Amino acid sequence: MTSVTDEPQGQRSFSARSNRNAGRRALRWLRANLFASISSSVISLLLLLLLAKLLVSLGQWGVWDAVWSVPGNNTSACRAVRGLGACWAVIPEKLRFILFGTYTYEQQWRPAAATLIFIALFYLSSRPSWWRRELVLVWATALALIGVLMWGGILGMSFVSQDRWGGLPVTLILATFGLAIGFPLGIIVALGRRSRLPAIRSLCVLYVELIRGVPLISLLFMASVMFPLFMPDGVNLDKLLRAQIAIVLYAGAYLAEVIRGGLQAVPRGQQEAAEALGLSYWQKNRLIILPQAIRHVIPPLVNTFIAFFKDTSLVLIIGIFDLLTTAKTAIVDPAWQSFSVEVYIFVGLIYFAFCFAMSRYSRRLEAQARST
Amino acid sequence: MTTSTTRSRKRMRLSLRDEKVKGLIWQVLVVGAAVAVVVWLWSNAIHNLSVRRISTGFAFLGREAGMPIVDTWLPYSPKDTYLRAFMVGIVNTLRVAVIGIVLATVLGTVTGISRLSSNWLLSRLAAVYVEVLRDIPLLLQLLFWYVLMQGLPGARAAWNPVDGVFLSNRGLVLPSIPIEAGQLSVLATATLGLIAFYVLRRHLIARQVREGRVHHVWPYALLLVAALPALVSWSLGVSWAVAMPALRGFNFVGGWTLSPEYFALLLALVTYTSAFIAEIVRSGIQAVPRGQWDAALALGLRRGFVLQQIVLPQALRVIIPPMTSQYLNLTKNSSLAVAIGYQDIVSIANTTLNQTGQAIEAIALIMLVFLTISLGISLFMNWYNARIALVER
Repeated sequence: MTSVTDEPQGQRSFSARSNRNAGRRALRWLRANLFASISSSVISLLLLLLLAKLLVSLGQWGVWDAVWSVPGNNTSACRAVRGLGACWAVIPEKLRFILFGTYTYEQQWRPAAATLIFIALFYLSSRPSWWRRELVLVWATALALIGVLMWGGILGMSFVSQDRWGGLPVTLILATFGLAIGFPLGIIVALGRRSRLPAIRSLCVLYVELIRGVPLISLLFMASVMFPLFMPDGVNLDKLLRAQIAIVLYAGAYLAEVIRGGLQAVPRGQQEAAEALGLSYWQKNRLIILPQAIRHVIPPLVNTFIAFFKDTSLVLIIGIFDLLTTAKTAIVDPAWQSFSVEVYIFVGLIYFAFCFAMSRYSRRLEAQARST
Repeated sequence: MTTSTTRSRKRMRLSLRDEKVKGLIWQVLVVGAAVAVVVWLWSNAIHNLSVRRISTGFAFLGREAGMPIVDTWLPYSPKDTYLRAFMVGIVNTLRVAVIGIVLATVLGTVTGISRLSSNWLLSRLAAVYVEVLRDIPLLLQLLFWYVLMQGLPGARAAWNPVDGVFLSNRGLVLPSIPIEAGQLSVLATATLGLIAFYVLRRHLIARQVREGRVHHVWPYALLLVAALPALVSWSLGVSWAVAMPALRGFNFVGGWTLSPEYFALLLALVTYTSAFIAEIVRSGIQAVPRGQWDAALALGLRRGFVLQQIVLPQALRVIIPPMTSQYLNLTKNSSLAVAIGYQDIVSIANTTLNQTGQAIEAIALIMLVFLTISLGISLFMNWYNARIALVER
């Protein structure tokens, strides 16, 4: 495919001749890519028409007729343009509630710092050159630091209990801890499913198929309603922790299936060679099999991470204040009630940023894997 | 001599280093631990239930539900039993899942083929569609569509793009064909005709292979699937008149109404899943080697024929397994209905749970229903997959 933007910089001069060339090239590109045949031309024209219409109405709603700020809590300006223009004023007004929920207002730098630590941690973990044993240590330190920041109670920071946490940090906590614990669980279950021992194999199959056969919501319901019934008197786990357990179990089952795919891709000769060296079962898997198996499935693993990050939003249904719940709650305020579309778009952008970064990353890894 | 070897073999068998013994010990330990945990949880549950005076068992299913269900295909009133309410919920779940799967497959296939189009604009737009929908949580999209539905004008100012189609905050109203007893026999004739045609077609193709002469099948199709049912319909005097919905007062009369909840859920599920299906279709078509196209075109076959008879059957083998898991996902995701108040099985079980306190039974029922549906879809798709699988010698 040729494209005008692919021209090297050096060839661009401002002489009339090269301008004409560029124009001709653009025309050629248009003919090749938009008007190659009659049917293609018809499709292009229809799409252009549709796109123009969409962009104009979106621009009118989102930019020209939109209200960007209102004095105080007085939303009459927004109400005046309701249905015609967006009321973006709701975003700065509710921003801190959407991002951090009901966390003590003066202390909100702490969840903000925790969020930044999470992002730094993801960035570090994404670099293959960093995949060493020390990374486990970095994770442990970072998660501990996040715990200290969120709870406080030491170093002059006031204590903030979990039921006041909310927003983006809660989403990140649910997703990250879900993966950090679900991943080893998934490895063990995947190994168990390929074990030679029939009892262990059927136990693992039962776990994976049961969890994958039912919707996440029913697991979350179980965690919020059934779990207290199954505990002895006096044991009362926090709601967030119960949801976290459900999410870990859910992640474990899905990750186990991905990892099992990787295990199947490791040639049998590797197993036999490791056994011939006299390695024990755990040595064999830890040193020989798993490193190869996991390398095979890194792209599908990242895709599972993305799916999983989005799925944490389901905790809304059992009333845990993650990012989506704070967004939904922010517009309960009567003054701002009718501007939920704007808030959903804003929160959608946050989710999109995280997921898009991950999917780009997975595509890059795939391309690297193909080239080597 | 012999006694010493048997003794040493015996010692070997009992040694902890023996693979079999080690395996047995591991299994006993793991299964024992699992059983112990389950027994412990169960005894806690029995204790807690007796303290809270909740009786276990499914006897509550026979009691009067007293819960209103707005959107239902089965006849139902709040005076009916919980069992009936659950049936309504199951039908509501299936109604979203089945129609959603069909629509998502169509939309996803079109989008996936568009992504491979030589038209730059079309393929870019399809790529943007896929990327945006895939990277935003389904629940957020669902809430978004639902809020948009609620923000639509009322029935009197309904948006009326085509005659007989109304979109308002009451939902989507479509023209319908009133159900009549005679229609059933026409449909039965058409089904029988279809089966007869299928058998005949196999026979004709076999004859074509044997004799090497082309036998046209379309006249038989016309006769068996179209002409015969039409004749039955005409002779029985069955009416197929389309009922156009019309505004009477504040609501619509006639036609087929999709409630705003149902429509928002269907829209969210279909668009979200279609993005994933598009990627599956695209990679499936790309997985067919280019040489297959070239070879088929070199034989002088038409492009449409090549796509239909050469490329798609090969692509399907790659497409079907991941497609199955998307169908399962869509079905499971339909449980998000509870967030916008569409009364599917999860929502009804949740209400039951709140009314009766029968948490274990209600959640067990949800799981049972979904496991059954999942198993059904898996079995069907595995059967289909085996049918189209490559037969190698």
